[in-house]
Formats: sequence, structure tokens, C-alpha cells
Amino acid sequence: MAKKKFVVGCFDDEAVLFPAVKKVRTAGYKIHDVYTPFAVHGLDHAMGLRETSLHTAGFIYGITGTATALSSISWIFTKDWPLNIGGKPHFALPAWIPIMFELTVLFAAVGMVLTFCYLCQLAPFVKKHHFHARATDDLFVMVIECTDKTNTDDLQAFLASNGALETKVEVAEDGWWLGRYDKDEMPFEEKQIVAA
Amino acid sequence: MASLRTQFEVPGKMKTWSYALIGLGLAALLYGMFTKGFSSDEHEQVHFWGTLMYNTIFWTLICNASMFFISVTTLAQAGFTQTFRRIPEAISTLVPIFGAITFAVLLYIVFGHKHHIYHWLDTEAVAADPILKGKAGFLNPTFFVIWTTLTIALWSFLGWRIRKLNDEADAGPMDRETSEKFIHRGTVRTAMFTVWFGLTVGSTVPWLWMMSIDAHWYSTMYSWYTFVSSFVAGMSLIALWVIYLKNKGYLELTSQEHLHDIGKFMFAFSIFWTYLWFSQYMLIWYANIPEETVYFKHRTQGAYKGIFFFNLIVNFLCPLLILMKRSAKRNYTLVTFMAVLIIFGHWIDFYQMVMGSLMQDHVTLGWMDFGILAFFVGVMILFVGTALSKKPLISKYHPYLKESVIHQV
Repeated sequence: MAKKKFVVGCFDDEAVLFPAVKKVRTAGYKIHDVYTPFAVHGLDHAMGLRETSLHTAGFIYGITGTATALSSISWIFTKDWPLNIGGKPHFALPAWIPIMFELTVLFAAVGMVLTFCYLCQLAPFVKKHHFHARATDDLFVMVIECTDKTNTDDLQAFLASNGALETKVEVAEDGWWLGRYDKDEMPFEEKQIVAA
Repeated sequence: MASLRTQFEVPGKMKTWSYALIGLGLAALLYGMFTKGFSSDEHEQVHFWGTLMYNTIFWTLICNASMFFISVTTLAQAGFTQTFRRIPEAISTLVPIFGAITFAVLLYIVFGHKHHIYHWLDTEAVAADPILKGKAGFLNPTFFVIWTTLTIALWSFLGWRIRKLNDEADAGPMDRETSEKFIHRGTVRTAMFTVWFGLTVGSTVPWLWMMSIDAHWYSTMYSWYTFVSSFVAGMSLIALWVIYLKNKGYLELTSQEHLHDIGKFMFAFSIFWTYLWFSQYMLIWYANIPEETVYFKHRTQGAYKGIFFFNLIVNFLCPLLILMKRSAKRNYTLVTFMAVLIIFGHWIDFYQMVMGSLMQDHVTLGWMDFGILAFFVGVMILFVGTALSKKPLISKYHPYLKESVIHQV
């Protein structure tokens, strides 16, 4: 958790955003993130994000659920407490498949939700910096991470020349911290733009 | 657009192959017909007509599944199919042809009084049997023939109307009003097909054509099971033709994104097939009532045990494990392999559904099955190829074409 300097550019059209993302990347700047009001198809590709491995995790959770169900039911019904149910064999696989299926789904679903929250750093009281209040409303907000050598004036001009309606420089916390929006920082309050 | 290759030409090699397959298949078919089909031994007769019956029903249903695919995607206003829509259209032109063969075979069985295939044809046995008597309103030659005629005729006719409407999208640019009307007319026509499809493949026809072989036994799951079996094989057939045409340098606008969606259909409906397979099996296994278990007795414990579980591996485990990954559904080689495997798997499924009841004592899979299969594959390749060459591969002026071109999964 450290404070970092960011240059923020706001766009109001995906058609402008896409070429801008491409140009910013070609120019060698590091995009921290792009905040959009809705899921934009192909933006992850344009930003060069790697494919998520959430589904691999989901597969592993699912398999764990299947194995848990199969091993525990088979142990209970064949070793621990064998019962004669309708004259069926103790190892009554077809009857267990619905339960194996349900546990697969349960493990995969719960596991994936938790993993997703972990990857996105989402939890109750976990707080992150908002770069622009309209980012979740109607603006596409591109945030570029600055280094010591970044000339923020040049970068702002570069963004503006690529269609950004509004640009600003912000020094902000890039990670998460514990807190409450209503107590220590209002998300929709007008923030002072730090002059470069 | 001008540079697109929209005119498919049937390659000489394809013709040679299809004629060779048809020739080979016809030889097997005729040899089987004269040595077995018309022999005096009833067992041999059942062997031949059963084999021909499941092959022709299988191919009619998987070609009809193409028209169902067109219908549901049209009803859902799905745009992504436009770049390759001519392929399911071309496959569905086979419905009247395979339908006519099915019709002839079924009529021969009914009017030839082959009560070893359809036990309910035996009037004396029905009169003495309270269960069959109760079903006589449904299982009788008159209803069978009328319903079969209506089924095949309406599949062909309603499908033809949908294909005909889509030709308007080749003619010339449409303004907004015309295209809205065009979409609306398409919705109405495909809805009519879907309703009829539901009344036939979704319910009555598999009961009549295949389930009535075990005249005493019934399963409400059977029709859905048959429908899904044919639909997943039909999607695989579409995938094969898409990949073949891509390989030949056609369908420039169809990309991995479209293949991914076809692959998803193959994957999802393989799972759905298993769901129905299991629901049908598990309830009967659990209740353990002799009237119901009779269907599974010789399949899980008799001669068909191997085929029965092989069926589950090929049609469930393989698609589940191989097609699960996103990269697999976008890989032309893997999808080709899986499509062939799925079509073969569901052919085997149809085999065990029909022959598992007709020839309970031993598995008959042999030269006749593969010969007749070769005949149908040959006819399919020849007619689909010809149908594709008759129309441009892309309807240039379809309102949804752009949506399909920029489609992204």
C-alpha cells in the first residue's frame, strides 16, 4: 500500500476509448486500469490483460466437491453405517450422483465467488480509491500509472489529443484499506485536483 | 464485400467420395435387403429393417436439427449465425429426402405387418393384452401413418418456407421498414416450425417411431432424450461443414468466435443429453419395478452392456473433459475431432435404442450397420454440397449480418 501518482483521462465514447488505449500502450505508458460504466467487449484484449484463471480455479473447486461427496458418502454407507435402503447395494452410485453433482456446484460456486472477491480485492469495509465519481455512471476513465520520469503535462496533452474530455493528475492510494465511505471519505465529494 | 468468395463449387474429390460412399452403402443395403430383409427368417428380417430404420431416423432427425437451430436462433434474434447460416439451411434441405426414406421404411414395416418390430401391429396380441389395448388409441396403424405423413410433410414444408424467406436477403439492400418486416416474417415462420417441432420430435414422434418397439414400456423422458441426441449430433454436423468450408477458403467472415459458439452448443447439449440419460436411468433403477426395468435389463446386464456404457463415455465424458476449455472450443482440429466423435457416439446411441430392443440376445453391429451408415453419409455429403453451391454462401443484405461479422465471445 503506497501512494502513487496517476494521470486520469476521461472519455465519453468507447469508439474513442479503444484507439486511445492502443496509442497509450504503444507510447509505452503503463495503464493502471480502465473504469467503465458497463462491461466493454474486447477492452481486456486491447489493454493486454491476460486471460483470467478463475475458471481453472473453478474446475479444481468442482472436482474437490465431487471427491468430497463421493468419498464421504461411500465411507458412510459402506463402512461407517451401512443401511439397507430398498434392497439396494450399499455402494449405490446412481443414487449418489445428484448429491455429488450438488456438492460439485456448491464448492465451485462458493469457491469461485470467494476467489473472485479475493482477486478483485472486494470485501465488506475494504475500501479503494475512486479516480472519478462518474466512472461508474457514464464516463470511461483511463488511469495511467506515473514513474519518476513521466512528464505529466505531456501525458495530459497526449490524452487530450486522443479524445479525453477531462484530464487530471492525482496522487492516490493504489491498494485497499479498511474504512467506511460514510465516515472517512465521501466518494462523490468534489476532490481537489492536484496541479502538476 | 466484393472480394468475398460466396460461390461454393463442389470439388471433384467431394463428388468422387460421396459417389463411392453411396455405391458402397447401396451395395451393403441391397445385399442386406435381399439376404436378410426379404428372407423367410423373421429374425433376419428384423435385423435388416431395424438397422435401416435407426439409420434413416437418425439422419432425418439430425438434418432436421439444423432447421431447429435456425429457428431457435431466429426466434432469439441471435445475429451471430448469419455468416454461416447457409450451412444449416443446406443441411436442412435433406429433410424431405431422408424423410421420404424414413417414410417408406416405416410404411413398409407397418403395412408389411412386421409385428416383430412393432409388437402393437399384432391385432390378436393387442386384443388379449390390457396394456396394449389401453394404448391402442395412440399405437395403431391409422394414427401412425397419418401422424408420420403430417410430421415429415410439415417439417419439409415449414423448413422450405424459412429457407425461401431468407433468399430475399440475397436480392438487394433493404431499408429499415423492409428489414423490420423481414425479421418479423422470419419470426412468424420459424415460430410455426418450432411449434410443430415440439409437437413431433419433442414429444410424439420418438414415442411412435422408436419407443413403441418396446410396446409395453414407456418413458416420458424418451422424446427429449432422442431430440437432444439428434440436436447435439446436428450441431456437430454444422461444425464439420463450417470447418470444411473454412478449410477450403470460403466463409471468410466466420471466425473462431462463431466456432466457439457452435462448440458451446456441442458442449452444453452433451451435458443436457447426460442429464436426460441419467434422469431416465436413475428413476427406473431406483423404483426397480419390473415393468420399467425391462428396458434396461438387457442393456446394463445383457449383451448390450459394453455398448451402453461406451455410449456414456463417448457422449458425456469425452465432450465434458475435452470441450470444457475455452481454447478447445476455438481449436479447429479439436472441434473437428469432437464433432466426428459426437456424431458417431449418437449414432451408436440410436443403434442401442432400436437394436437393443429388437436384437436383445447379441450385438449386431457389423458390416450392414456401417454400410448403411456409409450410404447416408454419402447422400448427405452429395446433397449438402450441391445445395451449398446453389446459393451464395452469405446473404449479403441480411439486417443482422454486421452483428455477426463483429461477433465476439
